[in-house]
Amino acid sequence: MSTAEGSATENSVSPRAGDPPITPEVVADHGLSPEEYVRIRSIMERELTYTELGIFSAMWSEHCGYKNSRRLLRLLPTRAPWVIQGPGENAGVIDVGDGYALAFKIESHNHPSAVEPYQGAATGVGGILRDIFTMGARPVAILDSLRFGDLDSGRVRYLFSGVVSGVGDYGNCVGIPNIGGEVAFDRGYEGNPIVNAMCLGLMKREELITASASGVGNTLMTVGARTGRDGIHGATFASEELSVDSDEASRPQVQVGDPFTEKLLLEASLELIASGVITGIQDMGAAGITSSATEMAGRAGTGVELEMTDVPTRERGMTPYEILLSESQERMLVVVEKGREGEVKRILEKWELEAAEIGCVTDDGRFRILENGVIVADIPALPLTQGCPTYEREGIESEEIQGLRAMDLSEHLIPEGDLTKSFLLLLGSPNVASKRWIYEQYDTTVRTATAVRPGGDAGVIRIRGTNRAVAATTDCNGRFVYLEPKRGTMIAAAEAARNLVCVGALPTAVTNNLNFGNPLKPHIYYQMRESVLGLVEACDTFETPVTGGNVSLYNETDGNAIYPTPVIGMVGVIEDVGTVTAQAFQHEGDDIVLLGVNTEELGGSEYLYVTADLVAGAPAAVDLDGERSLQQAVLKMIGERLLSSAHDCSEGGLACALAEAALGDGGAPHGISVELDDDLRPVAVLFGEAQGRIVVSCSPDKTDEVLSVAGRHAVPARKIGTVGGPTDDFGIVVRGGSVSTPLGEMATAYFDSLANLMDTTPTGP
Amino acid sequence: MKAAVVTFPGSNGDYDLYKAAQQVGFDTHFVWHRERGLRAFDVVLLPGGFSYGDYLRAGAIARMSPIMEDVVAFADAGGPVLGICNGFQTLCEAGLLPGALVRNDVLRFQGKDVRVRVERADLPFTCDYSDGQILTIPIAHGEGNYEADEATLEKLEGEGRVVFRYVDREGSATDEANPNGSWHNIAGLTNESGNVLGLMPHPERAMERILGSDHGLALFTSLATSVPVLSA
Repeated sequence: MSTAEGSATENSVSPRAGDPPITPEVVADHGLSPEEYVRIRSIMERELTYTELGIFSAMWSEHCGYKNSRRLLRLLPTRAPWVIQGPGENAGVIDVGDGYALAFKIESHNHPSAVEPYQGAATGVGGILRDIFTMGARPVAILDSLRFGDLDSGRVRYLFSGVVSGVGDYGNCVGIPNIGGEVAFDRGYEGNPIVNAMCLGLMKREELITASASGVGNTLMTVGARTGRDGIHGATFASEELSVDSDEASRPQVQVGDPFTEKLLLEASLELIASGVITGIQDMGAAGITSSATEMAGRAGTGVELEMTDVPTRERGMTPYEILLSESQERMLVVVEKGREGEVKRILEKWELEAAEIGCVTDDGRFRILENGVIVADIPALPLTQGCPTYEREGIESEEIQGLRAMDLSEHLIPEGDLTKSFLLLLGSPNVASKRWIYEQYDTTVRTATAVRPGGDAGVIRIRGTNRAVAATTDCNGRFVYLEPKRGTMIAAAEAARNLVCVGALPTAVTNNLNFGNPLKPHIYYQMRESVLGLVEACDTFETPVTGGNVSLYNETDGNAIYPTPVIGMVGVIEDVGTVTAQAFQHEGDDIVLLGVNTEELGGSEYLYVTADLVAGAPAAVDLDGERSLQQAVLKMIGERLLSSAHDCSEGGLACALAEAALGDGGAPHGISVELDDDLRPVAVLFGEAQGRIVVSCSPDKTDEVLSVAGRHAVPARKIGTVGGPTDDFGIVVRGGSVSTPLGEMATAYFDSLANLMDTTPTGP
Repeated sequence: MKAAVVTFPGSNGDYDLYKAAQQVGFDTHFVWHRERGLRAFDVVLLPGGFSYGDYLRAGAIARMSPIMEDVVAFADAGGPVLGICNGFQTLCEAGLLPGALVRNDVLRFQGKDVRVRVERADLPFTCDYSDGQILTIPIAHGEGNYEADEATLEKLEGEGRVVFRYVDREGSATDEANPNGSWHNIAGLTNESGNVLGLMPHPERAMERILGSDHGLALFTSLATSVPVLSA
């Protein structure tokens, strides 16, 4: 460890031998605009060194600097009495009762997964786990929210199977159960898959630790894996559009994961935090050492000084530029109380990991980098982390999408024909069909706390030693957001909340992952703005503040943007784990009750996609106050133990929701007999995607009470049928038609279609 | 009545196993793989997980840990040793059980509930079950495909050392009920003296109805019942 020679106020840093000169081309290659460079010049009051340019490029990238989204994100509600930590830290934290706190966050790894699906997805899981355990919380659950193109493409099957293996292998090895998530297939994601991973962690309230570099003179140490040349400029790469050439050229920017080291790092970090020798800890995620060190200093209002030759590296001859921008995985930066460095090393040694002193906390507010004692970068930390310019772009709705929304769908609805055939087709569509092929590749039961596994409306994790549990879900129907961003985003939040109440959880807080195209295009910025406005309204109404999240922009391939996909990760609290309610029908003879109203909503529906190959029309109407009443009514019914089951209606409509409840996990299916007298066209009743509907079942002696609770909450409700036995047919009669099928045929369509698609056809890049 | 849960770097089922042993009354302790000495314990438990990342081969590096010498000595002295999932793989690598666990025939990790039939209810691990009882217990592994040469399989079957077998709802050991391609649908087996048990399914994750099943509970109550008798 050496200290800087000369005075820090003497504002001159000589270029390092061998570094390229700074030209407008070099600046542009670093993703900075000429105006931004002028601004940096004036902050620095001199020319930059190449190392300094690299640092600014990473910190002022979209990924770290949120330049095109920060102004919108400020609109989101972030406060509530139960919020312990809002946006700005590694993860949000809420109070879940009995002295426990829940840390949770969602993050994207879209760009790397498009190039190298297995490692891209694996390292996405690794990163989000570290965000949770650096808060002092032990990770207890993972959810994954995935989007791909249509599975008839070999390349899409390759991406899909690679991503699922990557998510699975990493989480399985570290030993964190996967409790849910979602996957959608639509040509809108061809070439640019969406890979978002969410993690939940539990801790005692007092175990919370933050990521700040406080205590002048304290030591900075790297712990965990060594720094290599992988992932250099990943943050900048994630802030660009992909092209046909991205595949090979960008591979070096994709990191490689090692879940075994992660597991050791997890245990070592929690032990470090419990030992009290460290005052701050942060994952070296996007932009590596640079972002972790500057953000920790920025939060504490201090400075840091780092000696690059003290950083343990995997290869010889790495330049300060490379060391600072490497995104090698499974590394942490910790701030250690001066004099206790040996204790850190002892803990890390037990876990067979390395720790090295690389610098110290200073009082001059500067981010100073030395190489063999010679200053190679010297930047004021605050402007670096906070000074990134933010933009409000022009937002105009695309005329093409306006046209799609206004389209008269009736001419595209195939003549009624055989409704049972359409039903089975829809049930076997990858968007509706069982996702068993995916989650059987995940460990869902390790840590013995999973009360509801994947396949239900929401996953549930019991809090050991208490009667409580937490529930989590991720939701977003990108077609709806594409057709009308504000309404589509409200629908995503409403569906997430419905999913939570169906298992008996009170919706409590949100983490969001905004996946969009290039914000410099007015029609994309319009989608972002409208979407955030929709989320603001929904979260206000549901009292679910946003405690953090992630923004992934430039999700475009050759100029074609993905559907705007603001994934909502919502968490809820269950006070009595004994009230957790199943999605599947439980008892023959139970009544089936529909909460909510059937309306003609086929715009953006799965039915339209499957039968007419069309994404058009207006998304379903959404009434946020009505949704809120529905949530409260269902929670009341579950709290009073009136229900045998509850299941939300979403893709595929009421008929598919009933089918999912009838089939359950396939082990004990139930036939049903349902009659619906709605004065609507049959396909709208069966397959329309009207919002605000939940199918519940209850013992017949409780039906009156269920209807009366609904009435008291002003939620329309009616008995629509009864639950049958395992040999009964599945039958729904509507005005002008019916669906009727043996359970076996239905089970084949639902359970086997994804496996058939994946196992019988080759994948290929 | 003391139980040791041996933790290797990368073990992730150690906590679950600890809780299960505690639930049935064992005074349970974690023993780090670099520690030595198991004489103070009445039963030794090897947990699931990915010891050493399963790099090279599942269990292949773990079996070289210092503590494994003591595990072998403990077993040789007749002490009950239970290895679950990665623990089973490690027991095979260490030679305490014959055969090997190779990649699942479906070439994918399998995480789901399976049914197994209890083939022997006379062991210290199974005395609270009944012969032929069918259990629903989760599996979670990528390398659970049990393989051994014909002579070994014949010997295992002949000596009645297969303790658990994958079966269907009716109790038949069919191919469809076999989640990983294991020969003879073997899910768990014991050594010649019947004091070492390895199995791929996770009984420690089937201890409470609220988490899906409590069919694993009897394995731990069996141990709790037998251990005082064994050590008497």
